[in-house]
Amino acid sequence: MDSLMQMKTEATVLHAKFSERYDREPCVLRVTRNADVNQPDRHALLSTEKQANSVAFGATLSYQWNLSTSVPMRFTLPDAFGYLDEGDILRISPRSGDVWVMYRVNARTHSVFVTERCNSWCVMCSQPPKPRDSVNLADAWEQAIPFMDPLTPELGFTGGEPTLLGDRFIKLLTLARDCLPKAAIHVLSNGRLFAYLSFAEAVASVKHNDLIVGIPLYSDIGWRHDHVVQAPHSFDQTVRGILNLARVGVAVEIRVVLHRLTLERLLELAQFIARNFPFAAHVALMGYEPIGFGRTNLRSLWVDPVEYHEPLKRAVQWLVQQGIAVSIYNHQRCILPESLWPFAVKSISDWKNIYLPICEGCEARQDCGGFFHSAVDAHSAHIKPLQVHSLLS
Amino acid sequence: MKRVLLPLHGTTFQSEAAFQSQAGKEYALLPMRFLKLDASRYVMTNMAAEYVIVDKATLHRYVRHELSSDDPAYELLKSRHFLLDADSRIALDLLACKYRTKHSLLSQLTSLFMFVVTLRCEHSCPYCQVSRQSQDRKAFDMQTAHAERAIELMFETPSPAIKVEFQGGEPLLNFELIRWIVERVVARNRDSQKSVSFVITTNLALINDEILEFCADYGVFISTSLDGPRELHNANRPRPGNDSYERTVAGIERVRYRLGGDSVAALMTTTRLSLAQPEAIVDEYITRGFTSIFLRCLSPFGFAVKTGAVGSYSIEEWLIFYRRALAHIIERCRQGVAIREDYAALILRKALTPFPTHYVDLQSPAGIGLACLAFNYDGNIYASDESRMLAEMKDTTFQLGHVEHDSLASVVGSDRLIRLLGDTMSESVPICHECGVQPYCGSDPVYHHATQGDAIGHKPRSGFCRKNMEVIRHLLTLMEDDPSSAEVLRSWIR
Repeated sequence: MDSLMQMKTEATVLHAKFSERYDREPCVLRVTRNADVNQPDRHALLSTEKQANSVAFGATLSYQWNLSTSVPMRFTLPDAFGYLDEGDILRISPRSGDVWVMYRVNARTHSVFVTERCNSWCVMCSQPPKPRDSVNLADAWEQAIPFMDPLTPELGFTGGEPTLLGDRFIKLLTLARDCLPKAAIHVLSNGRLFAYLSFAEAVASVKHNDLIVGIPLYSDIGWRHDHVVQAPHSFDQTVRGILNLARVGVAVEIRVVLHRLTLERLLELAQFIARNFPFAAHVALMGYEPIGFGRTNLRSLWVDPVEYHEPLKRAVQWLVQQGIAVSIYNHQRCILPESLWPFAVKSISDWKNIYLPICEGCEARQDCGGFFHSAVDAHSAHIKPLQVHSLLS
Repeated sequence: MKRVLLPLHGTTFQSEAAFQSQAGKEYALLPMRFLKLDASRYVMTNMAAEYVIVDKATLHRYVRHELSSDDPAYELLKSRHFLLDADSRIALDLLACKYRTKHSLLSQLTSLFMFVVTLRCEHSCPYCQVSRQSQDRKAFDMQTAHAERAIELMFETPSPAIKVEFQGGEPLLNFELIRWIVERVVARNRDSQKSVSFVITTNLALINDEILEFCADYGVFISTSLDGPRELHNANRPRPGNDSYERTVAGIERVRYRLGGDSVAALMTTTRLSLAQPEAIVDEYITRGFTSIFLRCLSPFGFAVKTGAVGSYSIEEWLIFYRRALAHIIERCRQGVAIREDYAALILRKALTPFPTHYVDLQSPAGIGLACLAFNYDGNIYASDESRMLAEMKDTTFQLGHVEHDSLASVVGSDRLIRLLGDTMSESVPICHECGVQPYCGSDPVYHHATQGDAIGHKPRSGFCRKNMEVIRHLLTLMEDDPSSAEVLRSWIR
């Protein structure tokens, strides 16, 4: 019932800048309130003024410091970090004041953002790649993963293109396997590097018992896919990658972002997937995220979901009849035909998941996946609160 | 959605044209077959049994390498792996995967083993294809020692699954042997850990509580015969008291009550009397609570030949019957009834899914010996159910050995079977090899041997060919031209 009581309308802030600066190396710290914790140098103490004996801590954090308090490595937390809790993990760059909340113990989903680099340049990318990583993300995650709650139920590797890390990526998977025995691992990859059978074998050799690689495929026709990802021959590489993963026994999910280019042959793509990749564990048909290149190319690519009900229904029906598990991501209930509601899941990472003011009175909101925070001004023109009586009719 | 030109942002992104340039270049045909569907259209199938339906002009342009890459048919044919161009080279890998998947059952050899525990039967159906016997327990019941050897031979199969099907005659006349075999197989499987299932093919006239109790204990399924409404069924299937229908229907209810709703399936056989009443037959199945019906024509074996039942109607007449029955089934589905026609479902699975199907009569190489083996009451091993039917007509062409002195390897590897199978690769059989629906059809060497004295057979005179070609044409036409029927048909592939 909590979503009815409190409707989230803003994204959770994960990055901030502290005003304090210190000439120290960047560090990954686990947040704690316990002043007697083991390895205090690897922890950030959430301070209540009284715990001033925090000399040994990697950092000491407070929303408000008494001017007279003298603690080494003390930082003032912005109000937006009010959610910080025991067990969260921060990366702090003392020289620049940059702070990044890498892991929130209370989050519904946990992302491991391993690189900003990518070998594709997708026209609707929500996270446009950068030529190089500004910080050594792999190092940071190698320190962070052992700090995570060992009961963490799932972990999603994302980027950028995680496989560009090569051996470091395999090492991270191994670390997750050993430190987080309960965690289902989801890797979001364009699949191109798995065209090297040896790399697919390296992932398989981790022998993770609950790992799936989610790979986007945008068309059944090579050049149409290549156009979407802006990389010649990537269709062949991705398809070969999918086949290689299947060959070595790694589960594969196929992902399709719905926009003007991918909707043109959506049914044909669904048929292609069912026929060529019957081993696919899941197919996700995903709504558009209007940020990054998704914002840049919004006018060219955006199609209001109410305009693609028919192709979406046909694609879903085909996959279902072929025995392939299918879900619809990132779509609000009010803009989907009811026949598709059983497939619509709450898929948006909770830090960037919001609802609009108009959703206030909606009686379907508990079941609705809501919006990306970036969709505040870029969403279907048909968003409306639903009433229970209309749901029953 | 209307197509709009995409002005992607600035120079950061490359236009469609930059990627499209290789499409249509080095355009090559991939292996395919085609068949005239009707006056204006052709069905084309690829190596992996995918199909497209195109008009004649498109087919001509396609084979002459004249199809423009802007033609909507071009991308359809490219997507379904009928052609290849410089844009993508992955088609061959995908085709290889799909081809292997479609034929993946071959490497497992057979999982279906039939035990003819007796040839005796208390029915006296004039269309009986197995040449039942009415007496002489000694001569027509399987000996326990033979059953024991058959079980050993069966467990030599590399297949991870085993299906034991009890056939007759009326197998319940030798229930004691069924009990012995089931118990023996279950005990034997403790070491082998295969997935084992049991089916008794019975007219249900002799079902009793003891048998039901046993079936419940071992999860045995029942397959029975139901030809249609009372009058038709009893006319087709005479027995003392003329109560076959009553006994079968009562038996079905008892089986369902004791073993569960899904524990019994029924098969129908079409006779001359059936031809006029396809709707009533379908409705009988629905009324009896069945969710599937298998519309079968008579096979040219046993008494069905002697009594002239086989010749009492033509394939053309049967096809009219089939189309009417199918239309009625589809109509019932549209009304919300859950009912499916099994032969159509089988062919649609071949066409619409990447997976292989088990059905013995539609395989290439033929399913004889590879998709089934029959242990006859006398210990002889036959390549299929029909093979042993033929043997009762004094033709042992398809006899592969005897349980006393053969192993699975010696049977499956026998010169006789291999020679027979060599003639059944429809990929290379005259006329079949160029037939557009070859991937959906198969080879039935027993049928062709029985009707034409030749395991390959002359296809233009083959009832098997005629029947399958027309059923397949009909199904593909419905899929193409009748969206509401297509929706029903698609729902049958699960």
